Amino acid sequence: MSARVLPFAVALAAMAMVPLFSTSPFYVNLTSQVAIAAIGALGLNVLVGHAGLNSLGFAVFPGLTAYLVAWLSTVGGIDPVAAALFALGGTMMVSALFALVALRTTGLGFVMITMALCQIVWGAAYRWTSVTGGDNGLSGVPRPGGAWLPLEKPEYFLWLCLIVLALALIQLGRFFDSPLGVALRGTRDQPRRMGAVGYDVWRIRFVAWMLAAAWGAAAGLLYAWYHQFVSPHMMAVTASAEVLLMVVAGGAGTLAGPLIGAALVVLLKNLASIWIDRWVMLLGFTFVVIVLLMPDGIVPGFSRLTAWLKRLRPTPAPKLVPRERADG
Amino acid sequence: MAEPALRIDGLTKQFGGLPAVADVSLDIMPGERHLLLGPNGAGKTTLFNLICGDLTPTGGSIRLFGSELVGLPPRKRTGHGLARTYQILTLFPHETLCRNVMLALNGLRRDKWRAWAPFGADAALRSEALAILDRVKLADLADRPVSQTAYGDRRRLEIAMALALDPRVLLLDEPLAGLSRDERVMVQELLANLPEEMTVVLIEHDMDVALAFAERITLLHHGRVVTTGSRADIAADPRTREVYLGA
Repeated sequence: MSARVLPFAVALAAMAMVPLFSTSPFYVNLTSQVAIAAIGALGLNVLVGHAGLNSLGFAVFPGLTAYLVAWLSTVGGIDPVAAALFALGGTMMVSALFALVALRTTGLGFVMITMALCQIVWGAAYRWTSVTGGDNGLSGVPRPGGAWLPLEKPEYFLWLCLIVLALALIQLGRFFDSPLGVALRGTRDQPRRMGAVGYDVWRIRFVAWMLAAAWGAAAGLLYAWYHQFVSPHMMAVTASAEVLLMVVAGGAGTLAGPLIGAALVVLLKNLASIWIDRWVMLLGFTFVVIVLLMPDGIVPGFSRLTAWLKRLRPTPAPKLVPRERADG
Repeated sequence: MAEPALRIDGLTKQFGGLPAVADVSLDIMPGERHLLLGPNGAGKTTLFNLICGDLTPTGGSIRLFGSELVGLPPRKRTGHGLARTYQILTLFPHETLCRNVMLALNGLRRDKWRAWAPFGADAALRSEALAILDRVKLADLADRPVSQTAYGDRRRLEIAMALALDPRVLLLDEPLAGLSRDERVMVQELLANLPEEMTVVLIEHDMDVALAFAERITLLHHGRVVTTGSRADIAADPRTREVYLGA
């Protein structure tokens, strides 16, 4: 196992062992939430970190999948696994259509258009009460599985989430190092040059968009199964902003960043709220500190810190060799 | 007479009411070394941007070995054998010199869509890139990130990026800008050693180098062609002095 893979393997193994050490399902469920958030943040990182496209409407991908699977498996009465496949496929189709609109822009235009697209779907979920249940959402979403795979048990569900997270890390880790991944960062840094040497900048961005949508959809599916309930709030602007916060705080463009950012946000949200009523203030304060001390995020911040500490350590003085021996 | 490598016919580009390039017609033959001359604002770089597709002309046509380029996106023009360098460095600062060239090499290949195998492990691509870096005398810096190289090295990498496309027509936009004397000599040698069959169009303000390199010269002023001719013709033409000195 290479040195690059090891930290991820250790982190995932530690998360998988939470059920062995915790008697209450609280911490097991909390770990599942971290894993689900991390999958979504990894997806958004493709756009923010590698394509240079800052989206403030990422929640539309998980939102679409969650609503589709919830509706199909409750009102539609379809088997949860089949509903999941239809939901993922439907999300990818809608995402492809959204790409035609969103990828006409970059920069601030892209921020606004992605937010607007997410607002459209949020509005439908909120107002189209006869189908979506409006503000009440859809509840009673069944998890798949059965006697042979009891996914209703927190630990089994956590392990499912961790398998999906591992797949996301492997796929994205390979992608970022691949010719296409390097080309994607090329379109971020020098789109004009990329066109001039023969790359189709739009199509590369489209692939990045669909990849982000796919992992967003996977996170949305697990989200719907985890809560067994969906509501319009998961597509609110604050939900999209929260994922963006995870990516930026952890370190956009790194593989570990979204994972760490997701853990930070989910843990602060859930643990701090036990002790402090005004936990949102604490969250805000934490991010102010991160942005001030580590403007590129936690992962790049720490690698700079370790490099700085290495330089700080005095280098050993060169050994003095007596002249006669140095000659021989 | 043979078909020109680049035939520009009645090319016009208006920015608002201002014509940046006005009714430019120009034939450049295969293997020719052609210099575009003119004071700042004459429309030289705008002409390059029109040829490579960064700008859309208001009117006129651009033919590369007989095929029309107007209406094609830049990447398709590259596929027809066109490459350019930029006056303002346009490189990938986070990547090494070698990976910059590898990225350019991949531009016209199907391998660029591969999303699983690592980019750095492609040994054949890497050795190709090293051969190109060797041509611009940068092979020893191959694994250094662009952000840690000197300006002169980046200027030569800019040329290497275009050479990686193995172009039939190469547009060079001020390849000597900001270089030291030694570096100028190096780039001058590099230009002299370009394949004979490659057509080269050059924008350059260093007259010693430019005049030594170019066989034919086009003088542009206010977006119009003042005159086109051989080195001697242009040097003898009183309008050259007029454009440059305003006399």
